[in-house]
Amino acid sequence: MTDTLDAFRDAILQASQDKTPLCLQGGGSKRWYGETPQGEPLDTRAYRGVVAYDPAELVITARCGTPLAEIEATLAEQNQMLAFEPPHFGPDATFGGMVAAGLSGPRRAGAGALRDFILGARLMDGRGQTLSFGGQVMKNVAGYDVARLLAGSLGTLGLILEASLKVLPRPFAEATLRFEMDEATALATLNAWAGQPLPVSANVWHDGVLHLRLSGATAAVAAARDKLGGEKLDDAEAHSFWRALREQAAPFFAARAPEESLWRLALPSSAAPVALPGAQLIEWGGGQRWWRSDADAATVRGLAEAAGGHATLFRGQDRAAGVFTPLPAPLMAIHRKLKAAFDPAGVFNPGRLYAGL
Amino acid sequence: MSHPNTLPPDPADRAELIATLTAALAGCRLLTDAEDTTPYECDGLSAYRRVPLAVALPETEDEVRHILKTCHALRVPVVPRGAGTGLSGGAMPIENGLVLSLARFKHILKVDPVARTATVQPGVRNLAISDAAAPYGLYYAPDPSSQIACTIGGNVAENSGGVHCLKYGLTVNNVLKVRAITMDGEPVEFGSLAPDAPGLDLLGVFIGSEGMFAVVTEVVVRLVPKPQTAQVIMASFDDVARGGDAVAAIIAAGIIPAGLEMMDRACARAVEEFVHAGYDTDAAAILLCESDGTPEEVAEEIARMSAVLEASGATRIRVSQSEAERLKFWSGRKNAFPAAGRLAPDYYCMDGTIPRRHIGTLLTRIAEMEREYRLRCINVFHAGDGNMHPLILFNGNDADEWRRAELFGADILETCVELGGTVTGEHGVGVEKINSMCVQFSPEERDAFFAVKHAFDPSGLLNHDKAIPTRARCAEYGKLHVHHGRLPHPELPRF
Repeated sequence: MTDTLDAFRDAILQASQDKTPLCLQGGGSKRWYGETPQGEPLDTRAYRGVVAYDPAELVITARCGTPLAEIEATLAEQNQMLAFEPPHFGPDATFGGMVAAGLSGPRRAGAGALRDFILGARLMDGRGQTLSFGGQVMKNVAGYDVARLLAGSLGTLGLILEASLKVLPRPFAEATLRFEMDEATALATLNAWAGQPLPVSANVWHDGVLHLRLSGATAAVAAARDKLGGEKLDDAEAHSFWRALREQAAPFFAARAPEESLWRLALPSSAAPVALPGAQLIEWGGGQRWWRSDADAATVRGLAEAAGGHATLFRGQDRAAGVFTPLPAPLMAIHRKLKAAFDPAGVFNPGRLYAGL
Repeated sequence: MSHPNTLPPDPADRAELIATLTAALAGCRLLTDAEDTTPYECDGLSAYRRVPLAVALPETEDEVRHILKTCHALRVPVVPRGAGTGLSGGAMPIENGLVLSLARFKHILKVDPVARTATVQPGVRNLAISDAAAPYGLYYAPDPSSQIACTIGGNVAENSGGVHCLKYGLTVNNVLKVRAITMDGEPVEFGSLAPDAPGLDLLGVFIGSEGMFAVVTEVVVRLVPKPQTAQVIMASFDDVARGGDAVAAIIAAGIIPAGLEMMDRACARAVEEFVHAGYDTDAAAILLCESDGTPEEVAEEIARMSAVLEASGATRIRVSQSEAERLKFWSGRKNAFPAAGRLAPDYYCMDGTIPRRHIGTLLTRIAEMEREYRLRCINVFHAGDGNMHPLILFNGNDADEWRRAELFGADILETCVELGGTVTGEHGVGVEKINSMCVQFSPEERDAFFAVKHAFDPSGLLNHDKAIPTRARCAEYGKLHVHHGRLPHPELPRF
């Protein structure tokens, strides 16, 4: 592994010297996400393997190139999981790519996002230095929380060599319930349920149907089922249903027409229904609203902003208006300084998050 | 290591600076007389003191902006302050610096029961948020022991935890958005009421930055449903390591308890004498293990945890049968600090975190250190997340005892680093643990921290010289520092 690190360092130092961009890449499963990748590919997959995992500590530390599937299998053997249910978007997804993309899946509604589970990281910066931040313990306030800054950084601050994540036990019981209701009722109901002590771990509304997943102690799931009613899905069916949703393989996503983009609107969960041309699928209790739409970026972003949120062009061809919602000037200034601090020559995934970063 | 209570070298400069500041901040509440500013000389870590140049008590965000702009122009350093309950000297004044108290920012601006958020000013007390949310069946989950007094602004600065954070998370997991004013007086907002604010997670790195990035003026927190019921198990172990193993066994059994606390015999005896909660004073270790949720959930989890504890060799298991009994069981844990205060004139609270599997090792090492430093130490800790609070007992009027207490403390923290942990789990580095940071982080990592600080505060005036040690400081500490904190000539007095 030392050879691999040396090779990374050589490539980074060379790129920094020549001021030529590097495209940090694991399995390339999320290559389409964010602004168009630029630069010479630097494949992280040679740096792989679980570094430490003790189920009783609820922490896993792994190298960036480790296949995500391998991590999940390792955890499953001990009846544990990555509680934010990360999407893979392909069989080649890596652990480092998952952290860099910072995406969370259906369980985020109950458990929190990837950034909530990151405990520490090792980074190779633009000077070829290996820097460790955070650690492998649940509580740690020594130094600024740079590891959390790396979650969702899309590789713009450096090469994430290793990360430590908090893991959780798999729930003792799960049940998926199906309800028929319109959008406004679904939003009101989901927000009301979220204010009650119910073991809701995921939910999705689309086309008049709400699916709700309950996870937790056997008695808690049973009690919630009695209280909420609905029609229970068969366990195998439920498993494939949530898997397809996580991977965006569900019919809603598959049906996107060539002229449509897939927009991700992140809104306060209680925001009123928004109306765009196209079709909608709502997750996270109203916090994440996917739109398959041919509306222009200004319209989509305007609606999202008016509702107190922001919009990402998740999939689609016309990226002229930028993939991510533009930042206010004071925040962009901080971003630029952080970028310059870790990557003074600007070689890591330039422009992948925002132009100029 | 101590920061002496000194005035700056030239009193004339100080007087001139106070006059300039007073003129520039006319209309703002400004304290400049020593009798008014002395109460601000320290926070909860009273061993480190310094009287500030002045104390400002703004009431509006415009006043905060004006104060910061003025200090920025005059190059006066600023230390933001909440309730002053911090335990690492993070709010200790800086030489010739202004203390910016947010005590008057005490309004809860909005509680939104549908979106489950509360918008509050930074001077609002942690517990007051839960009180305001209670009519809706909601509460704010992070519950540091000081929650009746500590403010949400201070919690944001320190990324405060509490006894329930294994299950419910820290401040960083429960704050959605922060509005703050940068040192040059400009407002900024980090985070969003919607998930995943665009760009880098600046909110994530802002929380826990110990008041060094910007001054918080508004916080939006997430509220969660109040658990319907809770029960706690009190289990005795005749061996500390066995107690530690029981903690691991509970986690390995797939249970995340709402609270999982442990204390050693010395601590159990001290608290029992203080609160008479029925603690088993013969046990080597006492474990408190709480379950919360719906009645069905709690019944199931308590049965499961009891079985694990029994299998792990607990010598005695008691389950709280009423809310009154639950609170009684907890009263000992919650009063561990005051109980320590009855054993000695002073106590020094450490805050390292280690991987849980090393709890036994660390306790053995601490017992050795008690002999080495000739001081007693009682141990109470958040066992669920490996966050240890050894309380070193000493007499502050005896300079040598304080010196030994400091060395003892540094030795514990550096042992935590050696065992794969960290020097601070929830109290922050402040001025107290700044030297131990030299041990935990490399010079390059510390440079990176300075660069991050610079990205938020290019002037460097905001709460500087805290949390991150300079290379020069670490070089100096390295010269003094020998493994295990033993100085080359412990008999010599040090500045």
